Amino acid sequence: MIAEIGHYALVLAFFVAIAQVVVPMYGAARRDAALMGFAAPAASAQFLCISIAFGALMRAYITSDFSVANVAQNSHSLKPLLYKISGVWGNHEGSMVFWVLILALFGFAVAAFGRQLPDTLKARVISIQGLIGLAFLGFILLTSNPFERLDPAPLDGRDLNPLLQDPGLAFHPPMLYIGYVGFSLAFSFAMAALIEGRVDPAWARWVRPWTLAAWTFLTAGITLGSWWAYYELGWGGWWFWDPVENASFMPWLAGTALLHSAIVVEKRDALKAWTILLAIITFSLSLMGTFLVRSGILTSVHAFAVDPERGLFILGILIVAVGGSLTLFAIRAPALKAGGLFVPVSREGGLVLNNLILSVATVTVFIGTLYPLFLDAMTGDKVSVGAPFFNATFVPVMIPLLVLLAIGPLLPWKRGNLRAAVEKLWVSALFTVVVAGGILVLEEGAPLAPVLGFGFAAWVAGGVVTELAERIRLFRIPLGDSIRRLFNLPGAAYGMSLAHIGMAVFICGATGEMNWTRELVATARAGDTLTLGQYELVLEKVERSQGPNYFRDMATLKVSKDGVPYATLHPERRLYPVQQMPTTEAAIRSSISGDLYVAIGEGSDQGGYIVRVWVKPLVPWIWTGAMLMVLGGLFSLSDRRLRIGAPKRSKRPAARPAVTEAGD
Amino acid sequence: MLNRLLFLLPLLIFAVIAGYFTVPILTKKDPHILPSVMIDKPAPPHDLGPLLEGKPGVGPEALRGEVKLVNFFASWCGPCRLEHPILMRLAAETDLPLVGINYKDQRDAALVWLRELGDPFGRIGVDGDGRAAIDWGVYGVPETYVVDAGGHIRYRHVGPLTAQALKETILPMVEHLRAAKG
Amino acid sequence: MIRSIIMALLVAVLTAPAFAVEPGEMLKDPALEARARELSKEIRCLVCQNQSIDDSNAGLAKDLRVILRERLVAGDSDSEIKTFLVERYGDFVLLKPPVKAETLFLWYGPFAIGVLGAIGVAVFLLRRRDGSAVNEAPVPLTDDERKRIDVLLSEQDRKA
Repeated sequence: MIAEIGHYALVLAFFVAIAQVVVPMYGAARRDAALMGFAAPAASAQFLCISIAFGALMRAYITSDFSVANVAQNSHSLKPLLYKISGVWGNHEGSMVFWVLILALFGFAVAAFGRQLPDTLKARVISIQGLIGLAFLGFILLTSNPFERLDPAPLDGRDLNPLLQDPGLAFHPPMLYIGYVGFSLAFSFAMAALIEGRVDPAWARWVRPWTLAAWTFLTAGITLGSWWAYYELGWGGWWFWDPVENASFMPWLAGTALLHSAIVVEKRDALKAWTILLAIITFSLSLMGTFLVRSGILTSVHAFAVDPERGLFILGILIVAVGGSLTLFAIRAPALKAGGLFVPVSREGGLVLNNLILSVATVTVFIGTLYPLFLDAMTGDKVSVGAPFFNATFVPVMIPLLVLLAIGPLLPWKRGNLRAAVEKLWVSALFTVVVAGGILVLEEGAPLAPVLGFGFAAWVAGGVVTELAERIRLFRIPLGDSIRRLFNLPGAAYGMSLAHIGMAVFICGATGEMNWTRELVATARAGDTLTLGQYELVLEKVERSQGPNYFRDMATLKVSKDGVPYATLHPERRLYPVQQMPTTEAAIRSSISGDLYVAIGEGSDQGGYIVRVWVKPLVPWIWTGAMLMVLGGLFSLSDRRLRIGAPKRSKRPAARPAVTEAGD
Repeated sequence: MLNRLLFLLPLLIFAVIAGYFTVPILTKKDPHILPSVMIDKPAPPHDLGPLLEGKPGVGPEALRGEVKLVNFFASWCGPCRLEHPILMRLAAETDLPLVGINYKDQRDAALVWLRELGDPFGRIGVDGDGRAAIDWGVYGVPETYVVDAGGHIRYRHVGPLTAQALKETILPMVEHLRAAKG
Repeated sequence: MIRSIIMALLVAVLTAPAFAVEPGEMLKDPALEARARELSKEIRCLVCQNQSIDDSNAGLAKDLRVILRERLVAGDSDSEIKTFLVERYGDFVLLKPPVKAETLFLWYGPFAIGVLGAIGVAVFLLRRRDGSAVNEAPVPLTDDERKRIDVLLSEQDRKA
């Protein structure tokens, strides 16, 4: 019964979405306040309907209602509650419902918080948001109904893939989805602005916080996924350039560009058409990220053959959404008036370069990810594009960005002086030389990669500190005043510094892990001692026991570092009987200088277990760097200027007439 | 004008990308074709010992002379069990010689398997360490190759044989190769 | 087989947890073993999704690892080993595709787009400077204009 209510709520949401699309859009064209006023309640009703559907599905999972096919296929009565809940979005159908739930939530947020938005803009944004929802509700109802019943109901479910039964992965998809779907709002705003024929700083001040929120979640989501891969897959990698990862990385890169170009629109009323285009591209990549991954097309065109109906539906949605929005762009964007002027060497100029580099980076990942599919579709040839390709192409593309990252924020708006900016960076340059030189001297054989990696990290960090020192006029006014200035800085300033310093920390972590990792693989019996660098590990025992829905072999290793007892580690190997799937649970001991990572494998034929030990320097810096970026996003979001919201009330009367005439 | 064109550019680029992906997807017929680089090359000349007493193994000369199917199989392989009835029928209903290569298997298990399901093969070679399979470019069992009278690999089928693949692709190809020779 | 691979991919799982290189496979000579590890990172595990044979525990990956080491010991160069594999499995086996006609766009596409983008940005920035698409640098004043300015300025001085 509950499942039927859920299904019914989805159908209702579908019809509400139709009204949400049509009525406000028509109202905005007619300037009919009553019709435009329909937008907000429609968005709320939409959110309510989908919440009911999602709640119904969640209930089916929690109560293990195996008469619902989706639950039977993806859950199991013995599964811990957390994973019953995360099972809701751990499968195709459920994740689609979750997706439209977030979409409706964002539409609702515009309805609830968008009181200061011009009426027509608000009506149009909500209408476009409804249109996206409509497409996906249609997709769910026609091809991916999560409430399908099974008769007779099986006694128990088939269980969720054990790899997904993990706290990191329980929260990774929701974060990622909030990020993806958050960009839908930037998209809707872009579409609405194109229809209105008007983009102004007030528009950017609306778009930026939403983009920032989406970006922050996406960053957190990608990081969680990477962290999960690191500790769960059991061979110590953290980024594989897998198509699935790339699919989330592309919207991140484009979103990062969007975040920066929106600043130019907001502060200087320039780069409007480009920002609109970026909003379209970012959301298009998000769409691709969600749906192509779910449908498996990214990994093989042949997935279409397995499930042509879904594949074609997705393809249709993508083509209509992207093609439609780009058509609107081609028609309306030329009319957008170019705004503020600036010379090439200026903050604007720096941000333009930032956008260029990030765009090329996005293109690099895009081509690399889709090329095998492309070539297969064209000629039938099979090629593989893996990590070695991306390391050889993506990394060089990003290097100019790192150089720029220190300089850009020091340039003033409109008209800058490159020499003045570079002169300010002498401390930073000195720091870079010391760090790079130090590694050159200390490292045997003077390998290039760590010298460059840490050199650039030092340069970026130095640039961030210099910028902050400039802002608070350190050493040029009394120290007390500087500190006071530091505490009075706007949230966005902290946000930028944190995110940029996060970048530097991340580079250190990535460089350390990639260049200095040491590995030991050995077969060990109880009592054996393994030595790797400063560490000595004694395998004490391996015990078999039973978890809630798995069996496990758990090893106990006593570790000493330089002869001093350091840690006791318990790596596990699990077998989930329902899915007949083994997993490894690595044991990791983290410290600021790096991780000690231990995993055990199968018992070998000769007795004993295969043990893999890694010393992975600076790995925690990878996560710390990413978390600093997230923190930067949060700080920036907390900025009063954003929170109070864009058009101040006093400005409204002035903004109004302009809006009215623009749409005609 | 140039300006307008510039704004049209994203749409054009997208149209090209979308076109390249959509057209082949919409027209693609058989997703199971995995082109092999071994096509039209001589089959690797391994001398594989016999699996059964009284039935020959697979030597280099065994692959020449007439058109035949070479099937890689193993008793531990689920899909092999799936395709086995098709091989049995093929052996019973046609004169097409079937050559089996037993891939990384336990001899006893393979014997039991053949006793249980029937033995469609004219000769069976043992590839215990899977080295011969690698020289053939085998990804995993089952895989089936069409080898012509000159000992050249002409076609590869990946995965379990299906009645459809046999009827629409493999048997016509065999006919064609036989005709070409005769 | 392929269908089951596709089905496995459909669940959107990165990769099964694997125990790749096993102690028994490793070479005694550490330098050669290090070369083997580096090389195997560039060879695709054919039956996996985007994994190198160094990362995979699939049977075929293990066989390829062993063959790769045998050939290293026999004195083959890295490129000879790659050729050996490509002859059997095609370019598909290489995680870093070779540069040739079919992959030109893959390797140089991003670079070309970067150059085009840079040119576009340069044009844009130079036009942005003074807002007019035509006059990029200020045209020097004619004598006539200079005289008129002088007149105007002197008038202004007189008023003040």
